[in-house]
Amino acid sequence: MSDFLFARSLMAMSLAFHIVFAALGIGMPLLMVLAEGAWLRTRQPVYLELSQRWANGTAILFAVGAVTGTVLSFELGLLWPGFMAQAGPIIGMPFSLEGFAFFTEAIFIGVYLYGRNRLSPLLHWLAGVVVAVSGIFSGIFVVTANAWMNAPAGFILLDGRFTAIDPIAAMLNPASLHEVLHMILASFVATGFAVAAVHAFFLRRNPTSLFHGRALGLALAMACISIPLQIASGDLSARAVGRLQPAKLAAMEAHYRTQAGAPLLLGGIPNDATRTTDYALRIPGGLSLLLNGRPDSTVIGLEEFPRSDWPNVRIVHGAFDLMVLSGFAMLTVAGWSGWIWWRRRRLADHPSLLRAVVIAGPLGFVAIEAGWVVTEVGRQPWIIYNVMRTADAVTPMPGIAVPFVAFTVLYVVLAFVVVTLLRRQFLETDASNTPSSPA
Amino acid sequence: MLPQVVAVSLLLSLILYALMGGADFGGGMWDLLAVGPRAARQRELISKAIAPIWEANHVWLILAVVVLFTGFPAGFAAMMTALFIPVMLMVIGIVLRGSAFIFRNYDSRAGAGPHRWGTAFGMASFLTPFFQGVILGAMATGRIRVADSHVTTGYLAGWLTPFALACGAFALGLFAFLAATYLTLDAKEQPELQDDFRRRAIGSGLALGPVAGVVFLTARQGAPLLFQGLTNWWAPWLLGATSLCAVGAFGALWWRRFAVARVAAVGQVTLILAGWSLAQYPNLITPDVTVASAAAPDATLRLLVVALAAGAVILLPSLFFLFRLFKGGERR
Repeated sequence: MSDFLFARSLMAMSLAFHIVFAALGIGMPLLMVLAEGAWLRTRQPVYLELSQRWANGTAILFAVGAVTGTVLSFELGLLWPGFMAQAGPIIGMPFSLEGFAFFTEAIFIGVYLYGRNRLSPLLHWLAGVVVAVSGIFSGIFVVTANAWMNAPAGFILLDGRFTAIDPIAAMLNPASLHEVLHMILASFVATGFAVAAVHAFFLRRNPTSLFHGRALGLALAMACISIPLQIASGDLSARAVGRLQPAKLAAMEAHYRTQAGAPLLLGGIPNDATRTTDYALRIPGGLSLLLNGRPDSTVIGLEEFPRSDWPNVRIVHGAFDLMVLSGFAMLTVAGWSGWIWWRRRRLADHPSLLRAVVIAGPLGFVAIEAGWVVTEVGRQPWIIYNVMRTADAVTPMPGIAVPFVAFTVLYVVLAFVVVTLLRRQFLETDASNTPSSPA
Repeated sequence: MLPQVVAVSLLLSLILYALMGGADFGGGMWDLLAVGPRAARQRELISKAIAPIWEANHVWLILAVVVLFTGFPAGFAAMMTALFIPVMLMVIGIVLRGSAFIFRNYDSRAGAGPHRWGTAFGMASFLTPFFQGVILGAMATGRIRVADSHVTTGYLAGWLTPFALACGAFALGLFAFLAATYLTLDAKEQPELQDDFRRRAIGSGLALGPVAGVVFLTARQGAPLLFQGLTNWWAPWLLGATSLCAVGAFGALWWRRFAVARVAAVGQVTLILAGWSLAQYPNLITPDVTVASAAAPDATLRLLVVALAAGAVILLPSLFFLFRLFKGGERR
């Protein structure tokens, strides 16, 4: 493997690892604040216990998210100095704002985690609200920087140099709105389903646990409200990508030939040589309908673009289908949960629903990872879409295999430890909790 | 003028990072070096002192990086290329330190686990500041050459020199001294611990002297332009003020006026970094990359200054609140 591929792999691996913690860093504070808010309103001790347990989880996840995020801010320059030298002044703005949002989050998470006995309950809860809100803002700002790489704006390219730089216009680029919406909702969906799955798992063993029942209710509510919105925002995103990055959209849909009444291809194996997708399920006119609202409209295929400007179609199409499939599976579980709740007002004693929730647990993160593969691999070969090629931005440094292996080992160990510690938090909760006496 | 304003805010972030984040790393060093009958209590004190604030303190570094790549993109690109290896090692230290610390605090099972995390936490606390010193030192050596925004001197230039390595050692000593001085105040209800850290502060402060001497001596050969900078008219004044702070810190530690010692130590670190940057100016990476040559276009710099000012309005009261809450000491 070349140094260039190792650089891309190191960046991809660092992002794939960090995004899990970033998403949980947006979703968990909201759950923790909801639980504490419920305690403030009802004074039921179970909610206080719940908010404390979720806060412990948040503390671990936030710390790992903070340090892995730091890695990324350095890796931008370490691996892609050619990109940062040009793009720094244009996308520095959202990064600076993200810096401040993250600063606020870090300050108030300290206040929240360690200030329980030093603040009034209301002030303590408000500190948690600041954490949740600034976490969302961090996410918004940092995603606008990625959106700019996909839909660059706010500059004029003159002889290969960026002039007339307008950082605000760069931040408000045409991809920002849909990318931000999709990522923030994804954080709520993924966190909601993952947390719900953990508590559903314990409820299957111990259906009368008040603690896990309340936890399941809050987490599943967050997930079930977000997932339909997420599907709608996915539709918005796909249309926008079709407009802004037709080559990426064509790769997502494995759509090689420009045609009217383009079919929607589900699954299958794209073949660049024959420009066909084998074994796919075809819905005639489906792609045209989804993109333009008319089943007979024309959709541009990959053949319109030079072969050297194609992303890896197999990866992008496969990841896209995986994301969509996960999304609809979660939507189904959410619909079923909603139906059961509407009929019975209880979820905790419905074993098959609980099993479905457990199975759906990882799907939000599967969708996030797959979605970022679509965004990032789908943007290739460009680091700034249609402006700068990734290969032209890479560091001249040789031997990138070494940091790649080092970080892979480091992150595997971190993942293992985080899972072990979180598991212990939950097991302890399970042991200390009987339905009648929440600790 | 704008590039200079941004450069000053970069320096301010670095100083604040040294004063806050640096001291947290120093705490980690004392955690690894904890000895004697009170070792466990020392570790507990350090852990309590930094737990609520270390994540906020760490963000000063992120802020500095963001200001660097927004305001001086060419400098950032050249630095990350020429100093790839020490920056990578520093980043690995950051990951290890942060995760080991949080793992230790949340590892609810007593026994071998927490101790192992403690060792990782302590060792990483040495790794990161050492390479931070090395990186800053390397940028002053003049060995890293940049032509047409490409680094021409490879990946080993500058940072493997005696001067840069001495700077790394100096950063270690400085942060250890700072941490021990702060910890005397955190230990004010535990006289024996306060005494432990008073001795450590005095000891590390004294050890800092010869290290500073080595930095100074190696600078003549190893960083000639920086050394030349130290012959400017302001240099004796700055050196005098720094020495005054150092002597003040020692006196205050000796006479157990710990609050005064903290002020003096803060002054000392601030003056050292300010003096270093004055001697380095106008270079970012001596001699080819300067504040002016690496600066982003004015439109970016202007917005950056506005963003920094607006951010400070939110940030400073929040930070004040955080430190009052945990370091004020009225409630417990």
